[in-house]
Amino acid sequence: MPMLEVQDLHVAFPQGRKSEVEALRGVDLTLEKGERLGVVGESGAGKSMLAFAILNLIAEPGRVSKGRIMFHGQNLLDLPERDIRALRGNRISMIFQDPMVTLNPVLSIGTQMMETLRAHRRISGAEARALCIAKLREVAIPSPESRLDAYPHELSGGLRQRVVIAIALLTDPELIIADEPTTALDVTIQAEIMALILKLCRENDVALILITHDLGVVAEVTERLMIMYAGKCVETGATDAIIKAPHHPYSAGLLRALPQNAARGTRLYQIPGSMPPITALPTGCAYHPRCARATALCKAEIPPLENGAACFHPLTAPEEVP
Amino acid sequence: MTTGPIIETRGLEVRFPLPTHFLSRQKPVLHALNGVDIAISPGETFCVVGESGCGKTTLGRAIMGLLEPSAGEILFRGQRIDGMDETTRKPIRRDMQMVFQNPYASLNPRRNVYETLAEPVRHLMPEKSPAELRQQVEEVLDATGCDPSWQRRLPHEFSGGQRQRIAIARALVTNPAFIVADEPISALDVSIQAQILNLLTDLQGERGLTYLFITHDLSVVEHFGTRVAVMYLGAVMELAPAETIFDNPKHPYTRLLLDAIPKLEGGSFDKPRTPGELPDPVNPPPGCPFAPRCPMAEDLCRRDRPRLRELPNGTHAACHFAE
Repeated sequence: MPMLEVQDLHVAFPQGRKSEVEALRGVDLTLEKGERLGVVGESGAGKSMLAFAILNLIAEPGRVSKGRIMFHGQNLLDLPERDIRALRGNRISMIFQDPMVTLNPVLSIGTQMMETLRAHRRISGAEARALCIAKLREVAIPSPESRLDAYPHELSGGLRQRVVIAIALLTDPELIIADEPTTALDVTIQAEIMALILKLCRENDVALILITHDLGVVAEVTERLMIMYAGKCVETGATDAIIKAPHHPYSAGLLRALPQNAARGTRLYQIPGSMPPITALPTGCAYHPRCARATALCKAEIPPLENGAACFHPLTAPEEVP
Repeated sequence: MTTGPIIETRGLEVRFPLPTHFLSRQKPVLHALNGVDIAISPGETFCVVGESGCGKTTLGRAIMGLLEPSAGEILFRGQRIDGMDETTRKPIRRDMQMVFQNPYASLNPRRNVYETLAEPVRHLMPEKSPAELRQQVEEVLDATGCDPSWQRRLPHEFSGGQRQRIAIARALVTNPAFIVADEPISALDVSIQAQILNLLTDLQGERGLTYLFITHDLSVVEHFGTRVAVMYLGAVMELAPAETIFDNPKHPYTRLLLDAIPKLEGGSFDKPRTPGELPDPVNPPPGCPFAPRCPMAEDLCRRDRPRLRELPNGTHAACHFAE
């Protein structure tokens, strides 16, 4: 039994009085213990929505309208809020994009760490303190004892994100969901933070769902990849296999549009148009208006996800023009 | 056309005074630019890269006259433009324009596209007749791939990529020769970034534009740039042609930056790396600003600040040990 299994997940938001629009339109995902999965997509593709749905954190008036989220064989959507809370921040931790928003500016680092710990563990103050210092040391924060009394504004962006990671690790989670954890950081700091997340996941056998728009980061950190477009997974498989030979025209287009994949000074390959908003999806495959391989079939029917790609006309060789 | 550089800075410094502590006599000063000398030739794409706080945006804004330098000179086609009063500067402004990072913030939400594009012409080219003005707006919309029907619409009706096209159209409507583009694609989605980069390349070919392209994304520089200045703590660390800097970086900071780029082949996050952050710009270290993070720093580096000097291969690097 996989550790996490998401089946046919739909998330809907009301539109007007009677109708609804779907932000997620049937997403499946499995994750084994210690596995690292990358979720890639453009803004509005539904990747953050997926993370929130897994933790049952979809805010009103949105709702999970269909599907199951099985964590160790138990459907999280059936659990009462009390039991979900015991999981969240405990066995499943989350790291968000901006540490300045995640951390409470008026509480010291130590208070925030201890709060998390004592919400999930019955331990004494002294034990909690020792554990917090140990975790801060694990994420390579210099002189951790003195940092416990510091406030978030006293730390740099990189150190703040390290604190957030330390908090996520406090309860020895089995799964970390990281939503764009380094987007707000500089490249050298991003490299340090991602290297740290990678090392900690490997050493502690923690599974990771890494949500990002950066294919380079995904290639460095994850083993499996899921590419999302307009609320659906369009391609999934081993990360290096997709990067070498994508099957879905959208994945191929994204990769070809990267400057590092083009000869210097030449025009970049560009996907025409932009992703439609969920309120104005075309019929059939949501990607067909931008796709050079689209046929009448693509306009009429939604392609099922088969052999890793949700496409009626997948690419069979990497050099094929999407 | 002049043969000299279109834009030149000499010993450019920008200092921001910080609030004084009420018990202290010291007046803290942040050195945002600490003696920058660059010369941009007509038709090139001069890239400025570096991490936040390195002064790259300050450099762009100082050149545009959006903030006043504390010391040094800025020359546009050989003419000093720093400290110029607004009336004298006005005819130069039509030749220098700027594209900003965030098209959600840089367009006035209450002004339709036509008004946004007409404003610079009305202000900087008052000699244009209403008919010429309309023609100029329509021409620039066409050149930037904007639909003529957009003119009466408001910014909120457009996607990020479309907004950035409008912002580029606004910068081009006065037919400038020189554009400062400050992170023009960072706020956009991957598939849209390629569209905007191609647009900038095409426009450069059609109009012979010179770009000062400010970015933190080195892969864009490699593809798009003619020359690159790598900045750190308000100073240029390395200045080199974009073709050579990636294969043969001379400054240790440039190497650190290049190593940090995530690669599609993977493997770069497994390398050991020296942690470190930008030093405090209010109290910069004596000597080389990069010395506290530099794997090859020696006592000399902590004492003497290296000047930017030319190396045998033509690259300029501010490092005692670069060769």
